Amino acid sequence: MARVPVTFTVNGDEQAEFIAPGALLADVLRDKLGLTATKIGCAQGTCGACTVLVDGELKLSCLIPAERVEGASIETLEGLAKNGAPLHPVQAAFAENFAAQCGFCTSGMILAAKTLLDRNQEPDRAAVVDAISGNICRCTGYEPIIAAILAAAAEMRGRKSA
Amino acid sequence: MSKVRGRGVAAVNYPTGMNLGGDPSQALVHATTTGNFVVSLSSTDLGQGLKTVMAQICAETLGVPVETIIIDTADTDTGPHCMGTFASRGTHRVGNAIIMAATEAKKALMDVAADELEVDADDLETDGKGNIQVKGAPTRSMPVFQAALAAHFKHGKTVSGRGIFLVQRSYPEPETGHMRPATCYAHACTVAEVEVDTETGEVAVLSLKSAYEVGRALNPKMVEQQIVGGAWMGMSHALYETTEPYYPARDHGPVDFNEYLMPGPGDIPEFQAAILERPSEDGPFGAKGVGEMTANSPIPAIANAIFDAVGVRVDSLPITPEKVLRGILEKGIASSEQRK
Amino acid sequence: MEHVKQFFASERPEGLKAVGVSEPRSDIHGHVSGQTRYYADRTFPGMLYLMMVRSPHHHARILSVDTSQAEKVPGVVRILTHKDVPKNVYTILCLIQVEPDDEPCLAADKVRYKGEQVVAVIADSVAAAREAVARVKVAYEELPAVFDVEEALKPGAPLVNEFHGQNWFVYEGHHCRRVRHGDIDKGFAEADFVIEERYQSSPIEHAPVETTGCIVVPEANGRYTCHSNTQALFFTLDNSALILNQPFQKLRLVGGTVGGGFGGKVDVIVEPIAFLAAMLTGRPVKYAFSREEEMQVSSPRAAERIYVKDGVMRNGRIVARQVRLYVDAGAYSRHSPYGTTKAAAHMPGPYTIPNVHVDCHCVYTNRTPSSAMRGFGVTIGDFALEVQMDKLARLVGIDPIEFRIRNAYRDGDMKAHGETTKGAALIETIQAASTLAGWPLSDEARRASSTAGVVR
Repeated sequence: MARVPVTFTVNGDEQAEFIAPGALLADVLRDKLGLTATKIGCAQGTCGACTVLVDGELKLSCLIPAERVEGASIETLEGLAKNGAPLHPVQAAFAENFAAQCGFCTSGMILAAKTLLDRNQEPDRAAVVDAISGNICRCTGYEPIIAAILAAAAEMRGRKSA
Repeated sequence: MSKVRGRGVAAVNYPTGMNLGGDPSQALVHATTTGNFVVSLSSTDLGQGLKTVMAQICAETLGVPVETIIIDTADTDTGPHCMGTFASRGTHRVGNAIIMAATEAKKALMDVAADELEVDADDLETDGKGNIQVKGAPTRSMPVFQAALAAHFKHGKTVSGRGIFLVQRSYPEPETGHMRPATCYAHACTVAEVEVDTETGEVAVLSLKSAYEVGRALNPKMVEQQIVGGAWMGMSHALYETTEPYYPARDHGPVDFNEYLMPGPGDIPEFQAAILERPSEDGPFGAKGVGEMTANSPIPAIANAIFDAVGVRVDSLPITPEKVLRGILEKGIASSEQRK
Repeated sequence: MEHVKQFFASERPEGLKAVGVSEPRSDIHGHVSGQTRYYADRTFPGMLYLMMVRSPHHHARILSVDTSQAEKVPGVVRILTHKDVPKNVYTILCLIQVEPDDEPCLAADKVRYKGEQVVAVIADSVAAAREAVARVKVAYEELPAVFDVEEALKPGAPLVNEFHGQNWFVYEGHHCRRVRHGDIDKGFAEADFVIEERYQSSPIEHAPVETTGCIVVPEANGRYTCHSNTQALFFTLDNSALILNQPFQKLRLVGGTVGGGFGGKVDVIVEPIAFLAAMLTGRPVKYAFSREEEMQVSSPRAAERIYVKDGVMRNGRIVARQVRLYVDAGAYSRHSPYGTTKAAAHMPGPYTIPNVHVDCHCVYTNRTPSSAMRGFGVTIGDFALEVQMDKLARLVGIDPIEFRIRNAYRDGDMKAHGETTKGAALIETIQAASTLAGWPLSDEARRASSTAGVVR
């Protein structure tokens, strides 16, 4: 089957690949570009593990054919603290608050959290719950994740006013 | 429509390790010439944090900083045999194997240091900060890694140890079932508070308040992770989950997370926990396995709370709104509500 | 989280430095930065994908298998049937001397549950594998199926598994795992009240966010490395070698970082056939469960049906407990013979009861084989026992917490399975929970202790 070219930006870097037609964005990110932070939990669009940002919007990469994002700007977890940069406050808060066990849902969770905090610096618990309701976690029972996100919000507000 | 509250309790224990024993694990510990100690295992971390707790156990036994411990797992070529991570056995079995291996490695290290410092090995201790010092005279000391270097290049001695932990297998007596399932048991007690919507049968879990007896909390925050995660899974098991909603008929089995229901972050109850420790005789620093127990006590506590609220017994899992509502209707509560 | 220090303080040596500390997780940086590597976070040149043709029937004879159309799909490299598997029929607990071998790696003459593996297709892309799976033609003759555990035990029920010859696992000549303690009939005769209740659970899934899977890679030295998310590397290696009839030392399992297990990754299901595929193609092979397979084909927690009959005195002491328990093992043993013994060992719960009679049955039915899950052999038993305790307490008019303390086991008490209780802490745990929940206790209940009092 003839491969098709696709070009897009990932975490600020332009990428160009030849892919099988219909190849999913999640598979292209993981297998072609080696960006394995994005996980595939269901390939049905119901668990959120494959969450990435496409042109600033949260999307499920297991449901998107890569050709559909031709020319778009994609962000994955690897872009948050790129090339050894310090951890983003959300990442640090997850670490400090023991908000991960097996870690498999963590990429999607952090991107959902980061996107919330980019838009809302003072989320209440309900807003946090709403933001992560598309991400399934089987290990933590969610409470430490909610605590981490609220802590990250407070930290980010503190930095802004400092 | 009304929402009625109720409270229920359940108390359980849970055995540590593979039932009836016979499940060994081994560990190897060796000092590098760079100041680290490598623990070689073939054990798996499922997310419960085995890699962290094993490092803590090794550090405690050796008396060195936990940052200097490297856990090398899992590869069947380089890691000695481990039965696996299941049956809440990891901390207990693998932890004990590491204590044995680290004890042997420590003795080798102290023997070399004793030679270097010209004292008896019994007069030496590790300071937990990376040094070996003379008891009562801490200025007479040498860094651990210097002792490891000296062992290798000067003395021609290995600083390493081998460990295994095996609970002898028990065979049940066929007629009476006399057997030894485990050498220690953890305990849990949960008080659940629920609110039942008498119009829909939906049950909201308002709070779960639990006490857990864990032998020894080797890493309290990680014990808390098991407690909170386990409670959530117990609540999910009690009220939401099934692969066969019409069991024993196999119809309408869920195939994705839209159909396989679990509580989301907006459904979780208020949670409070207390930890007790009655060290086990044979656990590493008295620890018992807790990863499985934490999901068990919430389930009947919730069922009992539902009865307390609306007088409906649902003796089958999951306790769906449909089952609760049928019970309520049978009791005539809803119809009397409707008459008002 | 509160630390209740006053209980058992004398039994706890102090002065620990590295344990008892909430050390940050060593893997947390990897998790939050996305650097933690799971088995599938690797690519191998030339990797092939294995997908399964699965039975659409609960119980059927296989009449014929035609792979000719599937072989023609571009990208298909190899198709495997039971004939390719050196030792096709196995049971994972053979390693602890559980018999008989009862499960085919690939179905040969029969399928026994909906979703059972029949034909393995190996292709150079998921799309080609999927296309080829759809083109494999299997002709079945449907057979009557049995789904209910008590129906399965009746004479005349359809026989699920011919390797057993009956629909139950045989425990040293018995049809169930037994525990006998005291005199159950005498206990019931003495009791002021006797009740019998029935409890039922349905199967549930582990549902880890990472599905079961592995990648097998042929190595330059003629050995094979399997990157797997199994919970038990050597258990998987040993069973795979037996199924493949290969020397154990030829195989290597690498793993240790699992995206959630909960007992769902201790069946040796994907590795043996992936090893075989790699051996026969000479290329890396990946076999991973889709979410749909993880949900309906991978083993769930067993459904259990439990009858608990109790004799209780007016003063709240349970004097007799009879448990009849049925584990729905599904079509194959897997870990169920072990789990059923564990269920029997757990009875009658952490309470001292002088007369105990337990029969735990491991029953075969035509459904997805069940296996280990968090709380294996105990979780559903606890549901039944603790709801029963609530019923009993209300029956005799005693507060549910007081009732439990009254019956709780204490150090020195004899257990139903013949062991002496030690390290008991149920009473103190209940006391701590009641304090936390603001549930008032009587003075008698407050004074109770696991370590003092009359041995029973």
